[in-house]
Amino acid sequence: MKLTGAEILCESLTRLGVREIFGYPGGAILPVYDALGKSKLHHVLVRHEQGATHMADGYARASGGVGVAMATSGPGATNMVTGIATAMLDSSPVVCITGQVSSKVLGSDAFQEIDITGITMPITKHNVVVSRAEDIARTIREAFVIASSGRPGPVLVDITKDAQQTSAEFDWEASAPKLPPKRQRTNQDQAEFDRAVELLNSAKRPVILAGHGIMVSDAMRAFEQFVRAGNFPVAMTLLGIGCFPAKDPLNLGMMGMHGEAWVNNAIQEADLLIAVGMRFDDRVTGDLRTYAKTARKIHIEIDRAEINKNVKVDAALVGDAREVLEKLIPQIETRDRSPWIRHIAESKGDSAVVDIQSLPDNGHLYAAHVINDIWKETHGEAIVVTDVGQHQMWEAQYYHHNRPRTLITSGGLGTMGFALPAAIGAKFAKPDAEVWVVVGDGGFQMTMSELATIVQEKINIKIAIINNGFLGMVRQWQEFFYDKRYVATPLVAPDFAALANAFGIRGERITKRAEVVPVIRSARESAETVLIDFRVEQEDSVYPMVAAGASLSDMIRRPNSPLVETATEP
Amino acid sequence: MQTLVAYVENKPGVLNRVASLARRLAINIDSLTVGPTENEEIARMTIVAHTDEKGAHRLEASLEKLVDVRLAENVSSRALLERDLALIKVSADQQNRPHLMELIKVFRARVVDVAPESLIIEVSGAVDKIDGLLEVLRPFGVLEMARSGRISMTRGGDLLRPPIAPPESFEAVTTESK
Ligand SMILES: Cc1cc2nc3c(=O)[nH]c(=O)nc-3n(C[C@H](O)[C@H](O)[C@H](O)COP(=O)(O)OP(=O)(O)OC[C@H]3O[C@@H](n4cnc5c(N)ncnc54)[C@H](O)[C@@H]3O)c2cc1C
Ligand SMILES: Cc1ncc(C[n+]2csc(CCOP(=O)(O)OP(=O)(O)O)c2C)c(N)n1
Ligand SMILES: [Mg+2]
Repeated sequence: MKLTGAEILCESLTRLGVREIFGYPGGAILPVYDALGKSKLHHVLVRHEQGATHMADGYARASGGVGVAMATSGPGATNMVTGIATAMLDSSPVVCITGQVSSKVLGSDAFQEIDITGITMPITKHNVVVSRAEDIARTIREAFVIASSGRPGPVLVDITKDAQQTSAEFDWEASAPKLPPKRQRTNQDQAEFDRAVELLNSAKRPVILAGHGIMVSDAMRAFEQFVRAGNFPVAMTLLGIGCFPAKDPLNLGMMGMHGEAWVNNAIQEADLLIAVGMRFDDRVTGDLRTYAKTARKIHIEIDRAEINKNVKVDAALVGDAREVLEKLIPQIETRDRSPWIRHIAESKGDSAVVDIQSLPDNGHLYAAHVINDIWKETHGEAIVVTDVGQHQMWEAQYYHHNRPRTLITSGGLGTMGFALPAAIGAKFAKPDAEVWVVVGDGGFQMTMSELATIVQEKINIKIAIINNGFLGMVRQWQEFFYDKRYVATPLVAPDFAALANAFGIRGERITKRAEVVPVIRSARESAETVLIDFRVEQEDSVYPMVAAGASLSDMIRRPNSPLVETATEP
Repeated sequence: MQTLVAYVENKPGVLNRVASLARRLAINIDSLTVGPTENEEIARMTIVAHTDEKGAHRLEASLEKLVDVRLAENVSSRALLERDLALIKVSADQQNRPHLMELIKVFRARVVDVAPESLIIEVSGAVDKIDGLLEVLRPFGVLEMARSGRISMTRGGDLLRPPIAPPESFEAVTTESK
């Protein structure tokens, strides 16, 4: 069957199971759009190509599958750069398709020609230019394999306009992926494995460091069995949240810069750390010289380049988390860990047991209240997509996730503007799920044009703007480390509720604690998107905090304040 | 200094990916040579990098993550045969020519071009040897020099062959939710 390159692309995407494409048209990709119109694929028109990449990323993170974004050459392609880098740093499987000028004029600085494969080389897992229609099907299939296998990541496929326009034979069987053969590394040597087992069974004060890789590997069940078998307390990275239920008594919470004090203390006192699918980011370790000095370390990790990168480990089990865990489980001897677990629990002190809602209303609306109420009202079951800043950390502290892939957030790149578009992508991946956006007044203003996409697509998500009138996280650093010189952090914003109305979206503004629960309830009852502008305390800070580069043992604690660090079950 | 050998796809752009990766990892490359192998699909690289063992591990593992790299191996601690080729143009007049010829003999180098005022000397061997020759030639006046960069091979039965297995079959990948 002869098809044009553009038709081959659409047919290939359809056969790969793609339903939605997030994109924006332009000259160099127009043949594909023409073919799209005749296909069964649903195209979501974004308002900025950065939004398209974040949507594809949100789609991927919510579903575990591949998200697809599309843009034209030149400015369309360069607008994708931030979204691609975001996906790269968080190992998210995204395929970006860009149009490119005709192969005959490649290299001539033609109109809207830009070397997007050159630009994105360091921020993609792989990228490729396709200049022949007959190569399109195989290349797209390879892109999907590369994006989603091993350690996932973004792949960019740049297709010249003539390749889209010319016709070629379409043969699905003949266009199976043909990637270069690789040396098979079996780093699972028995001695290393035995050493890990020995460490696991002899540890007195073990702590698991659970990361994003558990979700990538779909290892939640094996992980739970592993935890139960060894009675291991679990600390999670920001991106690991959800891989193990928050309500489980063995779950300590998030570690690191804004992790709870007892979590970081447990890590500092541990005699064994079992890192699973996490990469010892500097937000997690603080000063490496003082990090977990008394602990031996086991690293279960698919990417060999991560072994001994930041933290030197005693046993490295290179491989897929689920496979490694399944191999380990039968070797684990159950131990009574009650003294250690009791010790950790004791260090929680009073902070863990007071429900923040039972504190008297002192007239202040804190972000913690808002997020805690969203958690309670949604029974901890919503998919929450956050932006970057203080509200992101409060979400991690006060919204307790019990299921995987329900917290979607930009961790590695920390991309402001991520939340709104990523939530749109997540909603397409999980149309039946309740999706909440938790976003700052700063980050929201970076990509708020995607409100129009929501309206055009008639989707239903709930948007909570944690409006503190500041670029809060940066203001906090200025408060702590720059003597409260608030340079360039006070922030004027439009009336967000009125803005929502202008887009045709219901908007609310909340200033009092008593109004929080009612507005959440009424938003949840609505079948349409609702935006709520929560005017919260302006100069609140996230506690505890390990200053950048400081030791994990050295936490800045909340000065006497009615706010406490966690809440109890809903 | 660490030495890595890599087998890569013999196609355009791969050198750029390798160089770009080293730059991203903040590893300085001292020399990088690339040439075809007995298999026309595959090229072989020798990379000499200014880094320590830890950096070399990271470079090796990161190189192998590139789709177009079939194998990368840090061979620094293995028994290696290393060769560098240099062409050195030195000024030579009637008087010092005999002295020069003597040195060239000692270093087992060759004269490959003769002009009234200069000679081109070709020398190959371990880096030390070339550096040594260069040292003694300097007083004569080195006018121009070209060096190939190092190529390395593990000695004897220690084989480092490229994987050429048929492409693996890939499981169907879809966007479907897990
Ligand atoms: C303002 C701000 C504050 C932050 N504060 C904190 C904080 O306090 N605490 C915190 O934890 N984070 C914090 N972060 C996030 C932090 O920067 C990192 O993004 C995060 O710690 C990374 O988590 P991770 O290592 O689990 O995930 P990733 O970075 O996604 O790494 C996943 C790891 O799993 C591996 N992997 C992938 N697939 C598999 C598989 N199948 N099997 C085995 N392994 C696999 C990958 O190779 C990789 O090494 C903060 C971010 C921001 C923006
Ligand atoms: C694109 C981008 N630019 C700058 C930053 C640096 N930055 C990190 S957090 C932050 C403040 C975010 O402010 P806001 O969105 O209001 O959230 P808040 O911290 O107040 O909750 C800034 C500017 C960033 N992470 N991303
Ligand atoms: Mg703010």
